[in-house]
Amino acid sequence: MFSYYLELALRSFRRSPGLTALMVLAIGFGVAASMTTFSVFRAVSGDPIPWKSHRLFVPQVDVWGPAERGKDGEPPAALDYRTATSLLNEHRGSMQAAIYKVSPAVQSTRAGSHPVNVDGHAVSSDFFPMLEVPFAFGSGWSRQDDERRANVVVIGDTLNRRLFQGRNSVGETLQVAGKSYRIVGVLAHWDPQPRFFDIVNTGGFTTTREDVFLPFETAVGAGMASTGNTGCSKSPSEGGIAGLKESTCVWISYLVQLDDADAVRSYRAYLDGYARQLQDSGATTWAPNNRLRDIPAWLDAQHVVPADTGVSLLVALGLLIVCLVNTSGLLLAKFLRRSGEIGVRRAIGAPRGAIYAQFLTEAGMIGIAGGLLGLALTGLGVACVHWLLPADIASLARVDLALLLLTLLLALVSTLLAGLYPTFRATLVQPTWQLKSQ
Amino acid sequence: MTMHPMISALRRHKAGVALIVLQIALTLAIVCNSVFIIGGRIERIARATGLDEDGLFLVTQQWVSEGDADGKDAIERLDTMQREDLAVLRALPDVASVTPINSLPLLNSAAWNGGIGLAPDQPKANLQASFYFTDENVLPTLGVKLVAGRAFTAADVEHKALGDANTPSRIIVSQEIARRLFPDGGALGKNVYLDGGGAPASIVGIVDRLQTPGTNAFSTSFAYSSVLVPTRLNSTFSRYAVRAKPGRLAAAMRAAPDALYQANSQRVIAEDGIQSYADIRHDAYRADIGMAMLMGGVSLILLCVTAAGVFGLTSFWVDQRERQIGIRRALGARRRDILGYFQVENLLIVGSGAVLGIVLAVGLNFALIKRYEMDRLPVTDVLLGVVCVLALSQASTFVPARRAARVEPASAIRSM
Repeated sequence: MFSYYLELALRSFRRSPGLTALMVLAIGFGVAASMTTFSVFRAVSGDPIPWKSHRLFVPQVDVWGPAERGKDGEPPAALDYRTATSLLNEHRGSMQAAIYKVSPAVQSTRAGSHPVNVDGHAVSSDFFPMLEVPFAFGSGWSRQDDERRANVVVIGDTLNRRLFQGRNSVGETLQVAGKSYRIVGVLAHWDPQPRFFDIVNTGGFTTTREDVFLPFETAVGAGMASTGNTGCSKSPSEGGIAGLKESTCVWISYLVQLDDADAVRSYRAYLDGYARQLQDSGATTWAPNNRLRDIPAWLDAQHVVPADTGVSLLVALGLLIVCLVNTSGLLLAKFLRRSGEIGVRRAIGAPRGAIYAQFLTEAGMIGIAGGLLGLALTGLGVACVHWLLPADIASLARVDLALLLLTLLLALVSTLLAGLYPTFRATLVQPTWQLKSQ
Repeated sequence: MTMHPMISALRRHKAGVALIVLQIALTLAIVCNSVFIIGGRIERIARATGLDEDGLFLVTQQWVSEGDADGKDAIERLDTMQREDLAVLRALPDVASVTPINSLPLLNSAAWNGGIGLAPDQPKANLQASFYFTDENVLPTLGVKLVAGRAFTAADVEHKALGDANTPSRIIVSQEIARRLFPDGGALGKNVYLDGGGAPASIVGIVDRLQTPGTNAFSTSFAYSSVLVPTRLNSTFSRYAVRAKPGRLAAAMRAAPDALYQANSQRVIAEDGIQSYADIRHDAYRADIGMAMLMGGVSLILLCVTAAGVFGLTSFWVDQRERQIGIRRALGARRRDILGYFQVENLLIVGSGAVLGIVLAVGLNFALIKRYEMDRLPVTDVLLGVVCVLALSQASTFVPARRAARVEPASAIRSM
């Protein structure tokens, strides 16, 4: 029976090729626009560390006071040096790391090599186990190395390929900003997006690689300035990192791992206690105004998903709905034009179910054809996105199997939905009326 | 022409009519908002930076430091290297002028934002501004127009470490700042206090228009509040804005890195270390151009689909009513009456769609304002959208309507 319906549908397409082409085009374009914008939306709204993001928290402490708060009363998004080191030293979470951006020049020690500029972060030792950073060789450094201010470095896979042709370089020496560091670990490929541990400097998405990681206090001790954003409510009294350390300027990102609700509660209390202590000591004159958000809440508060992405997805979905309404109208016209045919089929004994089957088959075929066109157009659309949008976001939009299947499915399901009402109307055709009027 | 027969004819196609009305309404809602978004982006991209952008490029370089960048000696050493670089660039045959600068309008990084107050040690600044640390060559190099006062002289120029709190004693401000701080005029020669500091800075000059480096929402709130500070910032990296001689931009950009490496090879100039201002502008607005094109593309597809839908459905109705048309023609209706009938019918349907569409457009706009902090949709954009949709559907009705008008009166009897 199904093959008979297929044949009937093909015949109907041949009778009105223009109308059929119109419907296929509408479905194709509607689905492609939706899937293209969805591919971008999916890329930017992902959770970079889904298995643990609800146990990682970002603390904020208000060291600037009410005058510097925005409408929403938010404290600064990063920490000052004093707060960061106090939190680090007391380590109240199961793991914690202070993080700031560095961009030193590095040079391998072999003869004839040139210095290269790299980007990376100065971090605490807990950074690697807390974020479950994958290593190709070696590992991170120890808490003792943090305290000793050891000259150790972890390098990224790209830098390792560039300087050491990708072999195990653990134990080699690297010149970083003019000082010698021992390589203790080499990362496997690692490029979390959004860059949740440094939202303040990346805004979420970045094409900057993570080439080097240095111990936090080692980098500060070496006078390595932050190359990220530094926010100050008052200028530091002294230049360079020495002045920054004494100031209330914020330039340090901080992550803490808290494993259960109790730990979160007591950490909040601890932060309030810290802020009250600042107030008592006279360093601040205002009541504690802290925040402690887990990664998803933090990404949301920092508006990591660009507004443009949401708006485009919304508009593209609107386009899809219009295409469906359009298809529905055209199918209605097409089906009702064949009232005579339906009347004959009904009169010689076809039940309503058979009419449903016949016309939904026809709608489904248009859906599949539209879906196939949509696949091609989605590929084209994603290519256009790469060309149109800034590289940091565009590079994340990908065509993969899931997207392709979803495209086909969306086309099929939405066309069937669009065909539902016209088919229902077709089944209402009264056989006797049709036969009489002929 | 009486409307009665038309309306009773439409009653027989309730579902079809309802679908077109819905389609028109949705199309209008989306197209209005898209056009509004596109307009906003074009306005943003078209605003002038205040620079003479042709022939300008930016050099970003980093010295490979040998140790501490903080001490007094280090600052002097870094400043000497910076002055050497400036001299090297200035000596190039294709270069007209050079100035050290921490950032440029639209560069979107290395902005130095701070407050300006009218009294010393003011806790809350009068306004937010962005500072450009530069030297006496800044005006000719950037091509910024001085409208009052004087330019910096070599004697004004100091140098200090990046992050050093000492505030300058002389500054040049943009007209925007002059107007906002001193609405009654007379900003020239007045003292202001930077970053909540206690030492005064005197306004020695006012420039016409100079945009700040940031392009995000926060920076846009003070997009033209720029301050020029006659101070070279000393750090292990430095930026130089370079103006090439007319028509010599490409040659100057090629010559600059070689000359700098030759003068001092212990440095790194990254691949994007030499950027023409056109590239900086393009990078800054890439997302806006992308969004505008995306919205434009979606709107175009939407209008095409809707036009095609109206065309398809009208064609179907014409076919269906061929006999009735024949009867009307046989009874004396002229071709133009038939044509008019379909055009007016379409106007009626699309008109009611447009009314619903206006409601939806405003609703969608409210949703976008609430969720994405967009601006209010102006009435003109909505009206423009209505006119567009009406014209488009009238045009796509015309072809099948003309076919209807050509139906011979004889066809009324032929098919009997």
